[in-house]
Order: sequence, then C-alpha cells, then structure tokens
Amino acid sequence: MDLFFQLTLAGLAIGSIYACVALAVVMIYQATDHFNFAQGEMAMFSTFICWTFLGLGLPVWVAAVLAIGTSFIAGLIIERVIIKPVENAPVLNQIIVFIGLLMIFNNVAGWIWEFTIKPFPSLFPDDFGFKSELIGPHHMGVIALTLTVLLLIFLFFRFTRVGLAMRAAAANPDSARLVGISVGWMLALGWGLAAAVGAVGGILVAPIVYLEPNMMSGVLLYAFAGALLGGVSSPGGAVLGGLIVGVLENWLGQYVPGGSELKLTFALILIVGVLLFKPAGLFGRVVIKRV
Amino acid sequence: MKLRTLLASAAAAVLMTGAASAQTVGVTDTSIKIGNTSPYSGPASSYSVIAKTQIAYWKAVNAAGGIKSADGKTRKIEMISLDDGYSPPRTVEQIRKLVEQEEVAFTFNTLGTPTNSAIHRYMNAKKVPHLFLATGASKWGHPEKYPWTIGFQPTYDVEGEIYAKFALENVENPKIAILFQNDDYGKDYRDGFLRGLGDKAKDMVVKMLPYEVTDPTVDAQVLEMAASGANIFFNVTIPKFAAQAIKKSCEIGWKPLHLLNNVSSSVGATLRPAGLECSKGLVTTQWQRDPTDPQWAATDGFKEWAAFMDASLPDADKGDINYAFGYNAVKLMHHVIANCADFSRPGIMACAANVKDLQLPMVLPGVLINTSPTDFYPVQAAQLSRFDGTGWALFGDIIDASE
Repeated sequence: MDLFFQLTLAGLAIGSIYACVALAVVMIYQATDHFNFAQGEMAMFSTFICWTFLGLGLPVWVAAVLAIGTSFIAGLIIERVIIKPVENAPVLNQIIVFIGLLMIFNNVAGWIWEFTIKPFPSLFPDDFGFKSELIGPHHMGVIALTLTVLLLIFLFFRFTRVGLAMRAAAANPDSARLVGISVGWMLALGWGLAAAVGAVGGILVAPIVYLEPNMMSGVLLYAFAGALLGGVSSPGGAVLGGLIVGVLENWLGQYVPGGSELKLTFALILIVGVLLFKPAGLFGRVVIKRV
Repeated sequence: MKLRTLLASAAAAVLMTGAASAQTVGVTDTSIKIGNTSPYSGPASSYSVIAKTQIAYWKAVNAAGGIKSADGKTRKIEMISLDDGYSPPRTVEQIRKLVEQEEVAFTFNTLGTPTNSAIHRYMNAKKVPHLFLATGASKWGHPEKYPWTIGFQPTYDVEGEIYAKFALENVENPKIAILFQNDDYGKDYRDGFLRGLGDKAKDMVVKMLPYEVTDPTVDAQVLEMAASGANIFFNVTIPKFAAQAIKKSCEIGWKPLHLLNNVSSSVGATLRPAGLECSKGLVTTQWQRDPTDPQWAATDGFKEWAAFMDASLPDADKGDINYAFGYNAVKLMHHVIANCADFSRPGIMACAANVKDLQLPMVLPGVLINTSPTDFYPVQAAQLSRFDGTGWALFGDIIDASE
C-alpha cells in the first residue's frame, strides 16, 4: 500500500510541473488560439537564468524571483518583437515561428551553458518540521507552490482591472478595443505572464530532472496532454489535467503489465483521444464560431 | 616515329597522373578528408564535445605540419563534422552528403547506436570505411558480413556480462532489478547481463523495467524496484537518468548493490549532480582514465591530454570524460593514418584492422588496443571499480573479454 501512496504523491508532484507548463500553454492559447511549442524551452531558459543568478551567490529564493521577473519581461519582448509581426499571418507561419523559437532556445542554451546536466537546488528546506516516508520535502513544496500559483492567477483574472482587461482582449478583441483596452499590449502581457508561470515550472522541475537544455522536452509533451485533457480553454482544467496525467502515468507503470513501456504512448493516445472525442477537454467550453 | 613516341609518352604521362589522382576519393598527397556526424543539437548533444575535441586535435596536428604516414607523405587532416541531432534519418542525409558531395575518404567516430545503424548498410554497400564508431553496440564487429564497419569502445553486452559475474560472486541470494533504456543500447546491456547470469536468470531477476529517453523522470521505476525487495540494481541509463535513479534510491533509503553502466560513470557528469554521498558504493567498469580521478594526474597520458586541452580547448570542463573519449579515439585514428602506406579504401580498412598492442593516453594502463582482419573490436578489456565518495577505486584484475 505504501508503494501506491508513494507513486500517487510522486505523480502529483511531477503532475504539478506538467500543470505549470500546461497553464502557461493555455494562457497563450486563450489569447491567440495557438499552442506555443516553445513554452517548455522558454521555461528551461528561464531556469538557466535562475542558475546564473545562483552562480552570482544570490540566495535561491531571490534568484528564483529575479529569474521569474526576467522571464516576464522577456516574454513580453518576445511577443512584441517576434510574435506581433506574424499576428495576422496564416496559422502555419505562426507554428513555424513557435518551432523556430523552440530550436533557438534549445541550441542557444546548449551553446552558452553546455549540455552536461547540472544539479539545481530546491526552493524548499530539507525539513518542513515533519518527515514522511511517502513524499520528499521538495515534492511537497512543488505541489503546494503550484496550487498557490494557480490561486494567484485565478484571483488576478477575476478581481484585478488588468486581469479583466486581458480576458476581455482575448474573448472579444473588437469590443475590448472599443472600450479603450490596448489589445496588443494585453497579448504581450499574456506572453509575459505565461513565461513567468513557465519559469516557475522550470525552477520546480530542475531539482528533480536536473538542469540541461533538453530537460523540458519530455515535460512539454505531457503538459500538452494535460492541457488538452483538462481543456485548452480552462486554466483550472489544465492544472487538473496536468495532475491527472502525472498520477495516471505512474499508476500505469505499476499496475498495467508492460505499462512502463507505454508511458509515452499513453500520453500520445490521450492527446489523440481527447482531440477525437472531446476536443474541449473535461472542463473546457465548447466554442462555436460563426462562419 | 618521333611523333609517335612523343604521343605515346604523353599518353603514358596522362595515364600516370590519372592513376595517381584516381587513388582514393578524399585522399591527396597533402591531405585527407574525413567525415563525421555528431549530435550538436537534440537530446544527445552532451556527446558533441567528442567531435569538438577531435576537430581541435586535427587543427593542432595541422598547425604542426600534418601527419607523416608510412608511405613517406605528410598530409593535413580535414575533418568535416555535421550535425545529425541524434536522429537516424538526418544521419543518413548527412552521411550521403559527406560521401557523395564532400567526397570524404572515410568516416570516423560517427556517434550513436540508432544513428550508425541507419547508415550501416549504406557504408558497406558503398564500400566506404566506417571507422571506430562511438557506440558500444555489439553489432559493429562482424567483418565477415560488414567488412567496412569497425567499432571502438568495449561492447555493452560484454560489459553486462562482467557485472553479472561480479554480482553472482559477491551477493548471497541475489534478487535483481534492472532499469534499462528501451533501445538497442539498453537491450545489449540487458542481454549480456542475463547471459552472464546463466540458467538461473529467470529466478533471480525480480523486476525488469524500461524507460524512454523522452521520459522526464525514472522516479516511478525506482519506487517500483525498491518495493520489489531487490538487493541488486543494474542501472542501464544515460547520465541524466542515472543521476535521478541514484538520488531517488538514496532518498527513499533503498540500498542494493548498485551496478552502474560505464556510459554514466563520469563523476562530473553523473555522480556530482546525483550527490557524492549517495553515490558511495556504486560499482562500474572502466576502460578509460577518469579525468576527475587524481590517481592519473601524474601519468604521462593524462599530462599529454591535459596539455592538449589547455592549449586547444581552454574553456572546456575537463571533468567531462567525453573529452578524454574523443581524444582516445582521435589518437587511435592518428596512429592508423601514421602507420598506413596504402590509402586506397581497402588499404585504409586493412590499416584500421592492423593495430597491435596500442596504449592510448587516456585509456587505463594495460588496456591495449588490438585489431585484426577477424577482430573488429578494438577495446575489449575493462576493470571493475567502486566509488568511495570522492573517486573511483579500481579493484580486481583487468578483465579481458576477448580471451
């Protein structure tokens, strides 16, 4: 029975990280209707920035906050400089830009920081005052912090002027523009926020999978599965989807014969399955467009 | 008559120069063109330092004048190394480009098992020497079927067998868990290990779990193996996952005899990230001198390598054993070129298959390189080694699998 709880809690922890990345993906999707394939690599890059701050001797929390701030600004700049010019281009062009960004981030990171794996410190203390055989302190912290981030995002979009303006800009750009919201800047802000949330995911996952330029490539695929499962139009759903994928993936390995070989297949089946049978996901709204 | 003689001698002269230039594609009296593919991008890009080391080495050799070969000519080496991203279809594309457009004389130290598998038939059909592959799969040493392909490092299955014998001799009532990468590399190790266990393998192996390179972590697999009650853990993973597995088993307090494949034995690239305290007691096999191991610092081979690194790659992390690997392979290539007199393609192949008792600078003292027309496995010896918390301590004799 211990193994069951261990696997479930470890699944929740890694699922939290899928959830962070899924959340970032969904935030950009909501605003632009596109999946940002470079989301994982941007998060990886942010983590390297954090690692660089750590190298300067800053305490880990300070470095993390600085890196998240830097990522926010970088996300904003990327939207303004790279994404805006292709805003009205065909879908394919935009996807190519996303994939280009993915490769650029990956290779530039390798070029600057090399491809060897690097240990990354945990944001959390070794001891929360109690110990458990079932879950390590870092994993506990990951779950708690992810839920906190989700709550903050929820409050931000529900109760702040900027949050509401961003939702308006995404939901109905024309009307938003008419009431004086700068839709372009709201999109940029969305990119900045997504980059910041992604950075949180990267900083949380690095102590588990080690920091290296390819650390997010696997995570991104599972995050996509999570985002689709939960619903690409629902941030809360995306988080829940990420958690479900993390836990299911671990159960699959243990309780289905030959399941360890099928983890990746499972994620892909999930993606295809959701798209085929319930494109809006478990919690998403069905969007009907007039044509 | 006079005119006729003149014409005849002119024709002869043309024929002779024709013969000389038709020697071998990629080889002239002053240069040799070598092809290579390496993952400069993608999931295996940490291995690209191998090719980078070699390019830097040839640059240094060329700056010093080139290599004087047994045919009396001195040639400069031009190594063209292309990125295949560790993706087999791209390897095929890049190798075709090297062979058909760049017209290289041969390829050298192309990296990766799946990637080399993709070009194995092509190289042999084209009869282009496919030399000293940077992969430990066992299929590169079959001269009867693939006379143009020759391996380099000890094969994974032989290494697996060595671990099995060690485990049987040292653990009472062995219960074994195996974690392996789900591809040729992982399966070679696993199969060699199972062969080494013999008939009793079925009863002893309590858990055998694969993982994919694309998986973010192997934490779940480690939890399962620990729960199975295994007292031996055979860890067939690349550095990132090896570090995860070492750290996770330490965290949950699982302390089996931990056999770690040589692929991930680098202190700098695996054990330091995993935690040196957690790595205590790991057993691996070694055939190269680990650059982070202080016992080699005073040896001539190490000094030669370190001097090269300082001069040619001053910014590199010398703790990364891949720099030593690249250097060993390129020194072997240098040796073969220097001792070769016939630079036709069959001649080059014959030279590569005629290395006798060569000690490479960063290979363990006493582990010698030997090849022959029937032996296409250059390195076949290794020694067991245990991690003591700071470095690997070799123990036992050098085990030569060719005997």
